[in-house]
Amino acid sequence: MSNRLFGPLDPAPDAGWQDAPARKGFLTDTSICIGCKACEVACKEWNAIPEDGLSLLGSSYDNTGSLGASTWRHVAFIEQPMASTRATRPSVPVDLGMPSVGLRDAPQDPTSEQATSAQATDAQATDAQATTGKADFRWLMSSDVCKHCTHAACLDVCPTGSLFRTEFGTVVVQDDICNGCGYCVPACPFGVIERRTDDAARVDGSGLRTIVNKVKRVDKVPEKRVRDKNVGIAQKCTLCYDRLSAGNTPACAQACPTQSIQFGDVDELRERAQVRMEQLHAQGVPEARLYGADPGDGIGGAGAMFLLLDEPEVYGLPPDPVVTTKDLAAMWRKAGLAALAMLGGAAVSFLGGRS
Amino acid sequence: MAECHPVGFQWVMEAKARGARIIHIDPRFTRTSALADQHVPLRAGSDIVFLGGIVNYILTNESYFRDYVVAYTNAATLVSDDFQDVDDLDGVFSGYDPETGTYDSTSWAYKGAAEQAAAANGEAAASDSDDGGGDDIESDESQASGHELGGRGASHEGAAQVHRDETLENPHCVFQVLKRHYTRYTPEMVERMCGVSQDDFLAVCEAVTVNSGRERTTAWVYSVGWTQHSVGVQYIRGAAIIQLLLGNMGRPGGGILALRGHASIQGSTDIPTLFNILPGYLPMPKAAEHDSLKEYLSTISSDTQKGFWTEARAYTVSLLKAWWGDAATADNEYCFDYLPRLSGDHGTYQTTMAMVDGLVEGYFLLGQNPAVGSAHGRMQRLGMSHLKWLVVRDFNLIESATFWKDGPEIATGELRTQDIGTEVFFFPAASHVEKDGTFTQTQRMLQWHHQAVEPPGDARSELHFFYTLGKKIRQRLAASADERDRPVLDLTWDYGVQGVDGGEEPSADAVLREINGWHLTGEDHSGRGDLLSSFIEMKPDGSTAGGCWIYSGVYAGGVNHAASRKPGQEQSWVAPEWGWAWPANRRLLYNRASADPQGRPWSKRKAYVWWDESSGKWTGHDVPDFPATKDPAYRPEPGTAGPAGLAGDDPFIMQADGKGWLFAPTGLLDGPMPAHYEPQESPVRNPFYSQQANPTRQVFKRKDNPSNPSGDRPGTDVFPFVFTTYRLTEHHTAGGMSRWSPYLAELQPEFFCEVSPELARERGLENAGWATIVTARTAIEARVLVTERIRPLVIDGRQIHQIGLPYHWGVGGGGAIVSGDSANDLLGLTLDPNVHIQESKASTCDIQPGRRPTGPALLRFVEEYRSRAGITVETSNVLRNEPASDNTPSSKPEGRAHE
Repeated sequence: MSNRLFGPLDPAPDAGWQDAPARKGFLTDTSICIGCKACEVACKEWNAIPEDGLSLLGSSYDNTGSLGASTWRHVAFIEQPMASTRATRPSVPVDLGMPSVGLRDAPQDPTSEQATSAQATDAQATDAQATTGKADFRWLMSSDVCKHCTHAACLDVCPTGSLFRTEFGTVVVQDDICNGCGYCVPACPFGVIERRTDDAARVDGSGLRTIVNKVKRVDKVPEKRVRDKNVGIAQKCTLCYDRLSAGNTPACAQACPTQSIQFGDVDELRERAQVRMEQLHAQGVPEARLYGADPGDGIGGAGAMFLLLDEPEVYGLPPDPVVTTKDLAAMWRKAGLAALAMLGGAAVSFLGGRS
Repeated sequence: MAECHPVGFQWVMEAKARGARIIHIDPRFTRTSALADQHVPLRAGSDIVFLGGIVNYILTNESYFRDYVVAYTNAATLVSDDFQDVDDLDGVFSGYDPETGTYDSTSWAYKGAAEQAAAANGEAAASDSDDGGGDDIESDESQASGHELGGRGASHEGAAQVHRDETLENPHCVFQVLKRHYTRYTPEMVERMCGVSQDDFLAVCEAVTVNSGRERTTAWVYSVGWTQHSVGVQYIRGAAIIQLLLGNMGRPGGGILALRGHASIQGSTDIPTLFNILPGYLPMPKAAEHDSLKEYLSTISSDTQKGFWTEARAYTVSLLKAWWGDAATADNEYCFDYLPRLSGDHGTYQTTMAMVDGLVEGYFLLGQNPAVGSAHGRMQRLGMSHLKWLVVRDFNLIESATFWKDGPEIATGELRTQDIGTEVFFFPAASHVEKDGTFTQTQRMLQWHHQAVEPPGDARSELHFFYTLGKKIRQRLAASADERDRPVLDLTWDYGVQGVDGGEEPSADAVLREINGWHLTGEDHSGRGDLLSSFIEMKPDGSTAGGCWIYSGVYAGGVNHAASRKPGQEQSWVAPEWGWAWPANRRLLYNRASADPQGRPWSKRKAYVWWDESSGKWTGHDVPDFPATKDPAYRPEPGTAGPAGLAGDDPFIMQADGKGWLFAPTGLLDGPMPAHYEPQESPVRNPFYSQQANPTRQVFKRKDNPSNPSGDRPGTDVFPFVFTTYRLTEHHTAGGMSRWSPYLAELQPEFFCEVSPELARERGLENAGWATIVTARTAIEARVLVTERIRPLVIDGRQIHQIGLPYHWGVGGGGAIVSGDSANDLLGLTLDPNVHIQESKASTCDIQPGRRPTGPALLRFVEEYRSRAGITVETSNVLRNEPASDNTPSSKPEGRAHE
């Protein structure tokens, strides 16, 4: 039995791989993302993706906009002013200006400052943390990527077999097979996959568009790297299939300086995500939540999961994604039933006629 | 730090994961703030009030680390009775000369120092004192001396024998002087001047004091923008005082970390590209003053001070032997005369002005883009247009190489290409992966990088360029009998090895060996023997050679330790086998202070180095930064100088008295303690005294360097907003490496300004629209980002708006993918007196919606602003503000939010 369309499963064996390695994926821990965009750059460098537009979007520090044919990692920047921060952080202690005992009052009482034992200082340090709390403003950053769904609608609808399930359980486009039909584009519940348009494609290997650089060093770039690459072809993250095949870490995870992007076995990452979320809850960050980590969700769990600090919508992620081909079986079943019913009806009418 | 040093920030995140509390103090909310536990926005230029407020808090609440302070700092040392503080003299310390705008620091010295100096030096000292106390470097009128002291404590006569009161009660002891000095730096004053609420400020005070002491340490981390103020050095001093009071120096997890590091900035001061120092922070000799080696060495250290600078002769002679080899002999003072002499102040900006004045013929730019990256871009470009020749070595055709055809002054008609005689030579440069060499990062750690690929086309390393240039010059001069050519002809110039394509390729390895140094063998010291294992082996008699004494040991035992790459998990947590840190592979300077006066760790948790009684040696996790066998109980005979004069509890071994200086009795040109002065351009009046700005700052009264009016002067309201410049993660400095790279350029494609929603409303600015920003120098245009990350602050009862400007863009250049106006064009030139750093992080401006005028209309637009503000060359350039009779504020306070 293969190619189930819904529910938890291990996708590589399900796709027919024998002795498949453990499923690989990402855990993006947005609580330690510093928005440096090294993932975006490393991804483009490794995969030779062209530059994707040079205009200021006026959207915080995000000038990338969204995932697309020429952007396989996208760091979102969300500026959250006080009101919404307060609203989503109900358990953060709010200073009501009431009389209190503790560090806040210490300045008025110089003698209470003298901490002598380590234990006392530790306790006070924690206390200071609790009373001052965090700023009344948040700047959330999160590096988005293809989710490599357990049930990938893009793959299900691909008529050419260009999109396929790899032995690592990831979903990859073979650009030499894709015919650019674009069925996959509306099928993706996250809006990740996209066809590369004409104007983005006149580039050389360093991603340069139409600018001719007069400096010698750029002239020396080998001719073969100049290309009209993949115009009209559907493009998205491959989870660095080539690097994985050679036993390496995907470029984005390799470049991430704070280990916000972690690469590994999906099962292990899922456990790690759970531990990290519980740790954050214990540290007074009740808004920490996991996204794409539940194999029982609408896509059978993602290969690329996230630890978020707010509702998924805030990051531009659908709150409850469902594989668009979920109902395919039921639809066929119903269509079959309808056909049977029609057939039956016809038969009945004929049979009835005879009787 | 996350913004400019994202790779280093991983360790901050790791520390946070282990429970560290991160506080970010910065005018704007950055990517660092986003990850910090607390962000404290303050007014740009008000930092000394904030730091002084913390000092006051520590002293008032007695939360200093008393045992450490008494034993390891100069808190107990008595200061001269003649010292007078800024509060006594309305904003200047004693010794100020309003004519020259400089200090005679004699009265800042330790008590009794002058008498001892006289006794020790006899007539020499007596004759010196006739012209104003010649025992201190800073009495020199050229002002080109402060930076030499960056790496070493200042020379201080008689510091080996000082008067101390360990009860800290004598009114003349440093502790009491400090306490009086910061009395006025109250939480109320912090709120009033910095715009930081008292609650937020006290939370910071509590956090740093609670997290310091025997069991805990706190680190201060700054990026170099902190130094870019007319009081920049005193900002760092402010942090140093806090750290000394809290016992956070020389201990693990403590210290003040300067985030340098990009492209070996630390290395470029260790082995300097600066005009006034020689390798290892030896000063550059001065014309007329240093005719002999002896005179020169006497300014580095005195015979009556403690510490290792008294060995300066060995370091200097070894350097001269490394440079001039056999030609350097005892008879010719080891070619000391070959060294150029400073004839005055030749800092970067002085040189730029000299270019404008037609006094400079040629200029080398190596990986530097002053047309975009330096303050006052217009003056930079005008200066270069007066050169005869200009060499630009860079990856790309940066704006500094093309200003003569496409710079902003061509657009305004101020310059015409056909009038510019500058011949520009462009040499493509090899990147760090295309050559061998070292980077020295902020921890003073050298890390070797191996060449990975051949450079493309004609691109070559700097080493190749200068080696070849030297060879060609020497060939030209080979037949010369002129004395003045000897220094070039006698240089040791033998780093060549055969290159791959037949050309002579110099070896970076050979250079590192020479920097490390070796023993010279034979009667005449002409042979090369073993490599030095440490600077301790350097000799003053010409029997050793070494290019930079602090780097000596990097090649100890014939092994390139900079190339050590043992993974962290395979060695101790101090990781001594990853790279090599100067001096002597010490990872933490002054680490004797990590143990108590008796040599025991202050606590088990913070144990680092300690005295091992049984073996009679200092030992621990790191290389002890102390004479290895000096007993903690050792006390020298009073007045003993040099390393022998260091007592067993003098951890600051490079200081003249072996102590950490809360009060700097010498060495700084603008005061022994940080005192608050407003920036050159400020919308705020200094509330402490009549003196508005640093009375010793370097100002340049030139028509091409006008300043905005400041404080309560008329016209200040024409430029009512504070702006600060900075970098973004996505770009590197002036953009030469990032605006030509599509993957970086697309991430921040356009120059923008960041403004608060309040200012946007006030001035009609629209998000993603255009704005024009104006100063007395010029006007530039930027796209607008309206963001709550920038917030207006209430200062002295008034709302003050701040504007943020990243400075990565420029106009012109060959083949840049993105371009835009340059934020640095807005800046004028006013410098800190100690290190000549420009004030580029706090100035004033106006902002208007829409794009700026173009062509000659731009000049008229700015001129109109200047005349409206009544700007002359004198504006804001008066060094000493006497108590003013007419203190009429030009703009009325809008109301008092606090109180």
